[in-house]
Amino acid sequence: MKTFLTLTLAASLMSTAAWAETVKIGFVTTLTTGAAVIGKDMQNSVNLAVEHLGGKAGNLDLEVIFADDGFAPETGKQATDKLVKQDNVDFVAGYIWSHVLLASRKSALDAGKFLISANAGPSQIAGKLCNENFFSTSWQNDQTPMAMGEVLNRQGVKSLYVMAPNYAAGKDMVSGVERTFKGEIVGKDLTKWGADAQLDFSAELAKAKASGADGLFVFYPGAAGGAFMKQYDQAGLKDMLPLYSVFTVDALSLPKLQAANLTGVLGSRTTQEWDPTLDNAANKKFVADYKAKYGAYPSYYGAQSYDAIMLIASAVAKVGNTTDKDALRAALKAADFDSVRGNFKFGTNNFPVENFYLREAVVDADGVWTTKVVETVFEDHIDSYAADCKM
Amino acid sequence: MDFSLLIIQALNGVQLGLLLFLVASGLTLVFGILDFVNLAHGSLYMMGAFICASLTFLFGSFVLAVLVALPLTGVLGFLVERFVARPLYDRDHLDQVLGTFGLILVLDTLAHLIWGPAGIAVPLPGWLQGQIAMSETLVIPTFRLVIIGAGLGAAAGLFWLVNHTRLGMLIRAGASNRTMVSALGIDIQTLFALVFALGAMLAGLAGMLIAPITEASIGMGNNIIITAFVVIIVGGIGSMKGAFIAALMIGLIDTMGRSFLDDLFKLFMSSDAAENSAPAVSAMLIYIIMALVLSLRPQGLFPPRTR
Repeated sequence: MKTFLTLTLAASLMSTAAWAETVKIGFVTTLTTGAAVIGKDMQNSVNLAVEHLGGKAGNLDLEVIFADDGFAPETGKQATDKLVKQDNVDFVAGYIWSHVLLASRKSALDAGKFLISANAGPSQIAGKLCNENFFSTSWQNDQTPMAMGEVLNRQGVKSLYVMAPNYAAGKDMVSGVERTFKGEIVGKDLTKWGADAQLDFSAELAKAKASGADGLFVFYPGAAGGAFMKQYDQAGLKDMLPLYSVFTVDALSLPKLQAANLTGVLGSRTTQEWDPTLDNAANKKFVADYKAKYGAYPSYYGAQSYDAIMLIASAVAKVGNTTDKDALRAALKAADFDSVRGNFKFGTNNFPVENFYLREAVVDADGVWTTKVVETVFEDHIDSYAADCKM
Repeated sequence: MDFSLLIIQALNGVQLGLLLFLVASGLTLVFGILDFVNLAHGSLYMMGAFICASLTFLFGSFVLAVLVALPLTGVLGFLVERFVARPLYDRDHLDQVLGTFGLILVLDTLAHLIWGPAGIAVPLPGWLQGQIAMSETLVIPTFRLVIIGAGLGAAAGLFWLVNHTRLGMLIRAGASNRTMVSALGIDIQTLFALVFALGAMLAGLAGMLIAPITEASIGMGNNIIITAFVVIIVGGIGSMKGAFIAALMIGLIDTMGRSFLDDLFKLFMSSDAAENSAPAVSAMLIYIIMALVLSLRPQGLFPPRTR
């Protein structure tokens, strides 16, 4: 971090002398509240990407300015405004939360900046609100639960109870699983979300159990995921109500669950577009160096953030400056970089066209709880809103 | 089937209500007796959870960790009273709000520095991890019953302390007329510090009890403090009995709202509209109750007689 700060400082001193020599990236994520655990993972991965690039994108120096959204749309918008107006960044990237991204998109796009989402993928931005200067290195929210719906069909699950937080992405996740799941959805709970999110799910779990469903589908990202898994375990639902989750069992919740020895989570299955075991050179380097530097597995949040920086750097390196917006846009769209997902290509709405995998929580060779790929659910999947995007 | 679900949800509501009572009782003691607005009361709840989480890993036993963490949280409360609250007693409520809001930021950041942003999942011993089956369909996690038991125990202890001990008598006397009490030779400063530490311990206990269910996390206190304020406003500020009844009421209303409101709405609107509006309304429900109480009975349901 210290070397990075000196780098930033040196870059900002230089920028007064030779303005065009630096490419500035504003990175908005959550650095406070309990959700800071996600932001930390993204920040680590961004710093690792800058390190792997030697602090350069082609001949230009890379400068990343981190900003905190405080897990709230209004704070995220303020942070974006500050990056755009005060720091005059060339790219705005990051965004964990769909409601924060939706609140911030106009601030970045109206100022003519490129906006790169490293996680949030609200349906609106994939469809009607799509923009030529917006790119995603993650997914559209519906896609991951759609893959889970397909898994449920393959496993012969007939009835499902659904739980998700009540915000933009929670609703997208529910509509995603509803789109592909062929059985009946017998009950649905949308719980309070945000800085004062509901974390005690006693009432909802009791309802889910009483519904007699074959399975329970949940989406609880960040700290809420660990809390949910514990209560699911304490309620003893593992045998009568099997869990199918998205964005809940991950590299952020697993270490905590391991520390508390909640073995109930092992073997649980989740869908994702990336996994630390994906077999390609970029991913091996990313995972190995991340583990060496930070002492833990990276999460998909980190992988997507790493890709976001690599994507930006590849475009800037190709164009050689930050002023030719048309050339930069074309270079971003070409996505000519080594993604940790292997091949990386954008669809018509600038969301990736990518594979989705079924992952299982397992113990690795060193005794650390992590995930591995079980099978590929979708190949080159295109999100459902791409058709609504006119640009 | 429906009936046993109702019982389970009622127990869940009582459990939430008792946790709220533990936080609200300290708040109402400090607010009612010391006339001090302590927004940072929720941070003591968070510190209780974090201290207990660390000690659980140190000792390898949750129960032992709670027993050691309780006095530690009390000491923390004592220090907060001495260095933050005491200089603010004579200032108006706005200064106290600003001062304690600053304390929230300091304690949140302190927790971030000590324990990191991730939060800590607290492991329970095997005998608390399971479930108790009362009948075929009536199965409840053991630890939820433990919370109910601990909450009732703490409430009973508090009532005994306030109503049947010399310390309780002094607390009640201090609340009615603090000048007279100090004129009679009672060290009112020490008394207030003890009340503050007691409130901190109660909030800390609530944090320790919730940590194995959710986890110890930064900002967890800010979630509960708003609801705790709703409880003491509904119950009548300064009233222990009011806090108890209002806490149970709010806990039950909140849980029942989350459980059955969508089914209720489906009776008179489309199921899509019900699914969309029920979560919004159930999140607002307790504030609607508070607004109702404030408009009909601004002093709260059970205002203390002596104020």
